[in-house]
Amino acid sequence: MLQVKDVHTYHGFLHVLKGISFELNKGEIFAIVGSNGAGKSTLLGTIAGIYQQREGSITYEGEDIGKQKVEAIVKKGICLVPERRQIFDALSVKDNMMLGAYHRYRHSKRTLQKDIDRCYELFPKLKTMEDRPGGLLSGGEQQMLAIARGLMSNPKLMMLDEPSLGLAPLIVKDIMNILDQLREEFGTTIILVEQNVKAALKVADRACVMERGEIAIEGESKALMKDPRVRDAYLGGKSQSIPV
Amino acid sequence: MELTSQFIQLIFSGLTIGSIYALVAIGFVITYNITGVLNFAQGDFAMLGAMLAITFVSMDIPMGLGIILSIGIVVLVGGIFERTAIYPARNASLPTLIIITLGVAIAIRGLAILIWGTQPRSLPPFTENNPINVLNAVLLPQSIWAVGISVVSLIAMHYFFNKTFIGKAVTACVVNRSAARLMGIKPEWMSFISIAVSAGLGAIAGIIIAPISGATYEMGLMIGMKAFVAAVIGGLTNAPAAIIGAFMIGILESFTEGLWTSGYKDAISFALLLLVLFFMPNGLFAKATGKRV
Ligand SMILES: Nc1ncnc2c1ncn2[C@@H]1O[C@H](COP(=O)(O)OP(=O)(O)OP(=O)(O)O)[C@@H](O)[C@H]1O
Ligand SMILES: [Mg+2]
Repeated sequence: MLQVKDVHTYHGFLHVLKGISFELNKGEIFAIVGSNGAGKSTLLGTIAGIYQQREGSITYEGEDIGKQKVEAIVKKGICLVPERRQIFDALSVKDNMMLGAYHRYRHSKRTLQKDIDRCYELFPKLKTMEDRPGGLLSGGEQQMLAIARGLMSNPKLMMLDEPSLGLAPLIVKDIMNILDQLREEFGTTIILVEQNVKAALKVADRACVMERGEIAIEGESKALMKDPRVRDAYLGGKSQSIPV
Repeated sequence: MELTSQFIQLIFSGLTIGSIYALVAIGFVITYNITGVLNFAQGDFAMLGAMLAITFVSMDIPMGLGIILSIGIVVLVGGIFERTAIYPARNASLPTLIIITLGVAIAIRGLAILIWGTQPRSLPPFTENNPINVLNAVLLPQSIWAVGISVVSLIAMHYFFNKTFIGKAVTACVVNRSAARLMGIKPEWMSFISIAVSAGLGAIAGIIIAPISGATYEMGLMIGMKAFVAAVIGGLTNAPAAIIGAFMIGILESFTEGLWTSGYKDAISFALLLLVLFFMPNGLFAKATGKRV
């Protein structure tokens, strides 16, 4: 459903993405791991339309979306749950979720409550705090809210940037389970950027390792888990090699 | 006049003028929060509203209709102003944008001279204006209209931004612009709404003050400046504080005028502005954390 071909993105003079290519099938979970500053967030941002790639193309369901704006891309069913959650902290939990449905609000006012209830089923805790300002939630709760807000846009492709950042292992497990559930129940395609390589590889079908703006390794996540380079650098392998 | 009645009298007129400043100050705050622009044409929207209403009434259009038409036209002017002057320059620096709004303000004033001349004009009071006696002080019904309408408008604004879906989207844009874009919210559209709404608030202010102190082509300058002072008192981002600031200035002015001399009433507001800027640059009511959006 998504083809990323030889994408180059710059931040000013900084050449961040140096020819990224990969393909995604419908209903797949694709994990992207890699060291800090490798360009993972920039890649998601480029797909979402926040950043413009200078070269290369991004095709989504047969349509070139590489030059389109964020707002247009959301409408097509691509949703980015950004790094560090980016909750609207002055607005209530429920309002945050409602705004997730902004782009389809006019057509689906009546079914909105149903969608909100569906999110509450996934995250029962959010229901108990629906009137609380988002800014007063704990980190884990905010992360759930960020995912729920993303789901409210009815995404076909959901991109999550480090959803496990700063969360307790049990909650990380919950979140990974929910991603799996989304794929099973709604056929949502998911790109997951993670520092928690173990958790990411466990839930993903395929994965890649990004290094300095390039994809260094790509394959089935099972294979990656056994790959010595990945084991050493990201899974706490025996040898003391420094991640390249 | 005995002291208490004079005191009450000055409070009345302070509240009346304060309510005008409050409306325009809220326009400043809304515009600044959402677009990051200090719109110095804000006061001139008040003048436009007043002049249009006076014109419509002189054309024998029923007053209520004339007022609504005037507000509508000013909202439209605000929208056009945003599209033609602010939007194309949205990536420019703050000083550039301020200069643009100052330029537009001068242009609006010039246009007003061409259309309405330099003579002061006035709007009849909204209802019969027989003074009401309150503890020996004189209260004009138009003052009640002024305070009442601005309070209702401010409540309506509060409702709009906190309770309606589109208002929440605007708020989301203020809180976190990049996240709002990820939801498909267009900041440019929000900026259009905010400036149009602020223009409407300005128009209301001008229309309710016109029966009390008349209208001239240059009235916007002082109203805009005073409202700016009120907005600064609120740290430019805090709407309730700006409203309190507006009433403070109104009352301060009316007391200066009543107990001292009208010559100093403008000076007093600007002295207040300087004091606030020197000692509390984030506004009188800034929170300790002082997060500026
Ligand atoms: N908005 C920006 N403006 C300028 N440079 C940026 C911007 N965003 C990121 N960069 C730079 O681009 C490079 C890649 O950043 P990016 O955020 O994509 O990395 P990342 O892989 O997501 O890292 P992390 O794991 O720390 O989140 C970094 O060197 C960073 O300093
Ligand atoms: Mg990142």
